[in-house]
Amino acid sequence: MINLSSRGKVENLEGQLVGKLRPSKGIKYGFELVNSLYDPTNEDRVVALVSQERLNSQLPNIFNLSNYKILAEGDVVYINDQGVLDILYRRQSKHNTLFITDQCNSYCLMCSQPPKNKDDFDFHYFRNKCLIPLMDEETEVIGITGGEPFLLGDRMIEILEDLKSQLPQTTIHLLTNGKVFAWNDWAEKMEQFKENLILAVPLYSDNFVDHDYIVQSNGAFRQTMLGLHNLAKYQIHIELRVVLQRPTIKRIEELSLFITKNLPFVESVAFMGLEFTGLAIANKDKLWIEPSEYASALKKSVFLLDRFGIRVNIFNMPLCVLEPELRDFATKSISDWKRSYLDKCEHCSAKSDCGGVFGTSRQLTNEISPL
Amino acid sequence: MEVVKRQKFKPKEHYNSPGYKLLPFKYLHIDSTNELIVGASGDYVIAPIGSVEAIVKRRPISNEKLMRDLHAKHIIIDEYESGGLDVIANRIRTKKDHLLQLSSLHIFVLTLRCNHTCHYCQVSRVTQDKQSFDLKKTDLDHAIELMLKSPSKFITMEFQGGEPLLAFDLLKYAVETTLSLNTDKRINFVICTNGTIYNEEIIKFCLKYDILISTSLDGPEFLHDSNRKLRKGSSYHDVIAGIQYFRNALGKDRISALMTASSLSLKYPQEIINAYLENGFHNIFLRPISPYGFALKSPKKNYYETQQFLEFYEKAFEYILQINLKGTFFREDFASVILKKILTPFQSNYVDLQSPAGAINSVLVYNYDGYVYASDESRMLAEQNDYSFRLGHVSDGYKKLLTSDEALSVFKNSLNEALNGCSDCAVSDFCGADPVFHHAIQGDAYGHRPTSGFCEKNMSIIKYLIRKLEESTSVRNIFYEWISAK
Ligand code: SF4
Ligand code: SF4
Repeated sequence: MINLSSRGKVENLEGQLVGKLRPSKGIKYGFELVNSLYDPTNEDRVVALVSQERLNSQLPNIFNLSNYKILAEGDVVYINDQGVLDILYRRQSKHNTLFITDQCNSYCLMCSQPPKNKDDFDFHYFRNKCLIPLMDEETEVIGITGGEPFLLGDRMIEILEDLKSQLPQTTIHLLTNGKVFAWNDWAEKMEQFKENLILAVPLYSDNFVDHDYIVQSNGAFRQTMLGLHNLAKYQIHIELRVVLQRPTIKRIEELSLFITKNLPFVESVAFMGLEFTGLAIANKDKLWIEPSEYASALKKSVFLLDRFGIRVNIFNMPLCVLEPELRDFATKSISDWKRSYLDKCEHCSAKSDCGGVFGTSRQLTNEISPL
Repeated sequence: MEVVKRQKFKPKEHYNSPGYKLLPFKYLHIDSTNELIVGASGDYVIAPIGSVEAIVKRRPISNEKLMRDLHAKHIIIDEYESGGLDVIANRIRTKKDHLLQLSSLHIFVLTLRCNHTCHYCQVSRVTQDKQSFDLKKTDLDHAIELMLKSPSKFITMEFQGGEPLLAFDLLKYAVETTLSLNTDKRINFVICTNGTIYNEEIIKFCLKYDILISTSLDGPEFLHDSNRKLRKGSSYHDVIAGIQYFRNALGKDRISALMTASSLSLKYPQEIINAYLENGFHNIFLRPISPYGFALKSPKKNYYETQQFLEFYEKAFEYILQINLKGTFFREDFASVILKKILTPFQSNYVDLQSPAGAINSVLVYNYDGYVYASDESRMLAEQNDYSFRLGHVSDGYKKLLTSDEALSVFKNSLNEALNGCSDCAVSDFCGADPVFHHAIQGDAYGHRPTSGFCEKNMSIIKYLIRKLEESTSVRNIFYEWISAK
């Protein structure tokens, strides 16, 4: 686990800044924070210093940070006058995301990022607008996540436009509950981005009762289904996400069949182990299930979709809890900064291929045992 | 879109609506205790007899699994939401998508001449008379022009006979002319040959234009030779040698075989399949004889009841399943056509089991006589002086041909959604319509389903396949492999 956010001490700063880290010739244990946005005439405009210890400088200086060691050249950080430093982008990582909002129009039982009511749109919008031009053009993938990103409205389109013009080679992997696309004009708006855009949409069940219950929202199933069909009209790439949890596991095979019949256009289906944090903790009794209880249903579902020709991935599941035939479908999906291993993993021959467990999870399966 | 406020979690019941509305569905008894209920989307539920009555009377459905199944298969819908209708509309649109690809199969009967005298053959002649039994070049030119006017972007140009390779010069001319005139279509070429005529020139030509070879193999030697007569020698030896020759030269997957079941064949289901396996095939199309005129000129050899064919089919099919269960991929193609309709949201492009019927909608036949026919069977009827499905002459032009009385009579009777018997048949989605068959057998293109062999055969095989599907996961898996294999 890596902490992307930390709080140290700050001097000479009022308000907030976003900039890219660059090694400094003058200081040994520190970076210069550059951002030409603050001065278009000077590309190399140094706007602050980020260092291990306090420096004697007129410039804003942030120091005494617990996550200083992981900072690297090319990373983009946010700092403010409270001494907060958030790493927004790590150049060496494959798991960078733009965070849009904590707000949501669903309230999923197992949400790992519990929706908040505070209006945080402007705050994150500002950070993302500053961040996009500072990211490396070689960046392979950028995730976009929330909450529900499309609650941002037209400014979400603006962000996608920025990404398209500034990072034309980068794949955008956007997590949404898809309800917004029940309004066809929103699906249509995605068309201009379709070359580099994958929409990852969770579908929990093949029927409205179970799905609406999971997302705690009436009509959600119909909206998402309609949304997916609207997106298909514009050939938008879709990854469906199916979470492996007790209330819906009973019909997981039926759901797979339902996908082949009603959503054959999706590019891939991801079966996802639960990240046991956030709202999931409060709902543990309803949600928790050991992998061995659904091993056979999962296997049948994976093979059904695979035979049908839809690509299948298994996310967030340690290799050792999967049936051997399913291990090829497993992906190292847990973001590097959240990924953990147990002590016993040290003796495991599969560790280098295994995506580990969520460092954020408050409960882990008992079934982990080295291969 | 509303942002949600922090809330108490609500129980599942809160999201349920116990009341429901019915969507269009049809049903039949699939066995002595169960009903097959099929929704407008083509998805089905199997439930105990009495379930239909219960939902029609809107009784609460206490069985939670059944309730969810009925929703997921679009048979019922909750009271408040109508958004689900859009999804069903898309399903129906997807099923009929092939209509946008009007007439994609174009059959060219280059000659009636043949070196075989098969007793079930409806059309061929052993003769040297090119004048009266070969397609004239001017007619061929017209036919190609018609084909290229088809709205379909993907076209199959299939050469039949007689034996089309006896008219190889004409065939060459047809392929090359087509390619020189084509501007915007992807064209596949297929030659349907008895497999006994081949030489280096033919091979070179096939390689050059990536042509597929379709030949006939009826089973083991004694059976094949009894069905398919050469004037001298064994057709079996020639065709096996031919298959080998074509495979070596063109690649294994460039040659396929078709079988026709004569009365004699019905006794040898396993032997036929073994012959296919031994000769390196991974699929077979278990096909009954066409019950048209010529085929019936020797009724002893060629007449049998549909029921007899069905018994043969099931025996052969069980044997095929055993082979697959032991780990060898071997597909039955007719079942695959139906299974594709059952297991996927798409249509099969097999033209003899579609609604609207494949005749004209998916196929056009340009006969050696210079006339355009609605289907392969239509031109066979013409050999018995029945010109009911002769749309007109190749020089008549697209509009005239497709609005002829003959074409209209095909169209009128080609939607099983609107035919008595079919319109409320639970399996109509997996079946098709065949006005040409019903005209030929029942004297009425509209047809009478209770006495129709077409209906009896399809109904029986469809129900059988659904029972098989439900029987075991391993069989279901085999079926998925069949429909996903190229
Ligand atoms: S023991 Fe640890 S490293 Fe090995 S497969 Fe399990 S979770 Fe992964
Ligand atoms: S032909 Fe028979 S099986 Fe086919 S749709 Fe009509 S009634 Fe049903």
